[in-house]
Amino acid sequence: MAKITYDGIEIEVPDGTTIMNAARQLGGKLAPPAMCYYTPLKGSGGKCRACLVRVAAGSAKDPRPMPKLVASCITPVQDGMVVENTTSQQVLDVRKGIVEMLLINHPLDCPVCDQAGECDLQNFAFEHGISTTRYEEERRTFDKVDIGPLIQLHMTRCILCYRCVYTADQLTDGRVHGVLGRGDASEIGTYIENVIDNDFSGNVIDVCPVGALTDKTFRFKQRVWLTKPVDAHRDCTHEKCGGRVTLWYKGNDVLRVTARKDENGEVKEWICNECRFDKKETSDWVIDGPAHIDRSSVVSANHYELPVLNQQVIADMPESTMRELAQNPPLKLGGLNG
Amino acid sequence: MGRKLLTEHINVEGIDTFDVYRKHGGYRSVEKAIKTMTPDEVVEEVKKSGLRGRGGAGFPTGMKWSFLAKPEGVPRYLVCNADESEPGTFKDRQLMTKLPHLLIEGMITSSYALGARTSYIYIRGELLYVLRILEKAVAEAYAAGFLGKNILGSGYDLDLHIHPGAGAYICGEETALLESLEGKRGNPRNKPPFPAVSGLYARPTVVNNVESIAAVPVIVNEGGNEYAKIGIGKSTGTKLISACGHVKNPGIYEIEMGVPVEEFIYSDEYCGGIWKGRELKAVVAGGSSVPILPKDLILKTAAGEPRLMTYESLSDGGFVTGTMLGSGGFIAMDETTCIVKNTWNFSRFYHHESCGQCSPCREGTGWLEKVLHRLEHGHGQMHDIDLIVNVAKQIEGNTICPLGEAAAWPVTAAVRHFRDEFEWHVTHPHEATRPGAVYHGGLVLA
Ligand SMILES: Cc1cc2nc3c(=O)[nH]c(=O)nc-3n(C[C@H](O)[C@H](O)[C@H](O)COP(=O)(O)O)c2cc1C
Ligand code: SF4
Ligand code: SF4
Ligand code: SF4
Ligand code: FES
Repeated sequence: MAKITYDGIEIEVPDGTTIMNAARQLGGKLAPPAMCYYTPLKGSGGKCRACLVRVAAGSAKDPRPMPKLVASCITPVQDGMVVENTTSQQVLDVRKGIVEMLLINHPLDCPVCDQAGECDLQNFAFEHGISTTRYEEERRTFDKVDIGPLIQLHMTRCILCYRCVYTADQLTDGRVHGVLGRGDASEIGTYIENVIDNDFSGNVIDVCPVGALTDKTFRFKQRVWLTKPVDAHRDCTHEKCGGRVTLWYKGNDVLRVTARKDENGEVKEWICNECRFDKKETSDWVIDGPAHIDRSSVVSANHYELPVLNQQVIADMPESTMRELAQNPPLKLGGLNG
Repeated sequence: MGRKLLTEHINVEGIDTFDVYRKHGGYRSVEKAIKTMTPDEVVEEVKKSGLRGRGGAGFPTGMKWSFLAKPEGVPRYLVCNADESEPGTFKDRQLMTKLPHLLIEGMITSSYALGARTSYIYIRGELLYVLRILEKAVAEAYAAGFLGKNILGSGYDLDLHIHPGAGAYICGEETALLESLEGKRGNPRNKPPFPAVSGLYARPTVVNNVESIAAVPVIVNEGGNEYAKIGIGKSTGTKLISACGHVKNPGIYEIEMGVPVEEFIYSDEYCGGIWKGRELKAVVAGGSSVPILPKDLILKTAAGEPRLMTYESLSDGGFVTGTMLGSGGFIAMDETTCIVKNTWNFSRFYHHESCGQCSPCREGTGWLEKVLHRLEHGHGQMHDIDLIVNVAKQIEGNTICPLGEAAAWPVTAAVRHFRDEFEWHVTHPHEATRPGAVYHGGLVLA
């Protein structure tokens, strides 16, 4: 076991635990933001640099601070380590910089983006970024491509977190897509226009933190915050699929089916394409009850639980937003038709 | 004349063949090491020599070797980094072209020291003709019994493979190199774990630059202490410097560590001064990623001491008034050089070569290039100058691999030392874009 101090809070975790996972044990809200790390995906993390934290003391044995900020998602704790997340101004400043970097070439077409409302980049930018841009250059764009009949790739929105690549590597036999090209010309692609066609390909949609990989059967049907998430299950015949899903309702219609996610926004169990794309009738499912969605973005304010905002955000929030929030406290999630 | 430890026989006719190389004392270090020394004794000599990695970072080679993990029953590897792609650096290419057997001899002696039974030379893909030279030399070494099974009857086996890259600067970063060697996309790995613990195929691995490995035979032959007598302080031995830009005699020079920069630029033994009778304006002393210095600071430190060609002297003053020896890519610029244009050009390179894995480098390198392009072409504004410094700072220290810093340092250093030139581009956009017009020392040269 290793005892660490994280933003002034002491916690004991098994050796080998990463700083990120130690912090998550304190509650998701206190943990550093993660744009690329994804617990179920081996090898993920270390890329987006959103989760950089300061290690003020390396360990009890060697209490020197680490010279650079470290990626908390891949850095294991040491006994006696002292970690600063929001208690370090340097961390907050660097994080602002990371938001800026992720946004300079991002289209910010949230109003027409299916991910809006459940987008990690929106949340990250809202909580940690600044609302102006210093970028005056032309933004990088790509054409949209259909990768098969069920999934659309909107590369312009991709933040190159590699999650979909790891998903395909680890979940399916024979990955057919990957990162092509280099630097800011890198793109997710299938090299020759290829179909991502296997029973579990739909999971790349769920792991994508942004609206780069979207469910074509749901495209433009509804803003997510106007749909009602309901947990359901069925006896799926696919051996690797547990058939436990979240159905997203508008009225009595199931608009889409996704995997269930935990409090950190990570998929709990992968689901097969049949459950995701072909079972869109209530009669296909046994309903378990409303899904518990716990999000911190105001984009979800219409529906989800009261957002918990960190002090920094409240301090930076425009007065008009504060007033609005005070007058219209976000409603708690109601029942099926609430 | 300084001593030439690596290049003494470089101009001997046929030195690229096994027989001629052998006649000139080649492969003695292999015999000496394998027949008379234990592997640890070889490591000890390299430690004593004070040899520091010649690939850029200057990490002590002996120390790196002693960090290599040696779990029972697990193979370990030596990988030679011959990806040399940093603008201004072209010493390894010359060494491999002219003296292929020196590198192979170094690989055998070093592999023996590390207990590696399979070793690799990862060579830059553009150097296909050098690959052919090396392949021929390797075949000769196998035929002569210096590679393969039971080398010199000692029971020590070694296979040496040469693997070409596919044209990516990033594959010179040691962990990207290992990924590429494994047949994957050349993305740098997160560290730790370091290669010494988990490198090629997740096995303990040492990665060394061509020139570092080429220095091992002479260290073994003459002894580490003897090697360490050359040079000053922690900069021991000799160093290959590839001199280019506006010098009279560009080329590759093997210098004893400690030669004054002024002597290196102006003496006829080395660069022979600045070409066309012009004046020196600035120097990038160690490959495109190290900070540029104006003439006065490259010739003398801020304290007024003569600047020497050593790790310590070149970095005297930190990044405020100093730079780095880096890989030894020495780029001299005369007064007709536009620093803004040069900085943009370097930025363009790093933008093109970023692997794109981590957001600050992927996005930041492109941003830097675009703003520098505008500045150079007369479309910049005053606040753009602070913007590029700030963007560079946002990259620096926050990335997976040091390419982030390599992209940031040239920009911050150029603005630090030549801010007036950047400002002139903003205030005089028409003049700045006039062909041939260059701002230098407060004057505009037509
Ligand atoms: C972007 C980048 C490119 C590099 N390119 C090279 C190279 O071409 N050759 C080289 O020897 N080292 C290169 N390096 C340094 C290597 O990562 C590594 O430090 C070196 O090969 C170690 O050898 P040494 O200890 O003998 O210097 C590069 C580093 C970075 C970050
Ligand atoms: S991916 Fe997120 S931030 Fe980007 S346009 Fe869609 S909702 Fe907006
Ligand atoms: S498409 Fe989505 S999941 Fe894949 S790399 Fe891009 S942002 Fe990540
Ligand atoms: S710093 Fe640049 S080159 Fe290095 S891993 Fe990150 S994106 Fe790739
Ligand atoms: S979540 Fe840690 S680097 Fe992306």
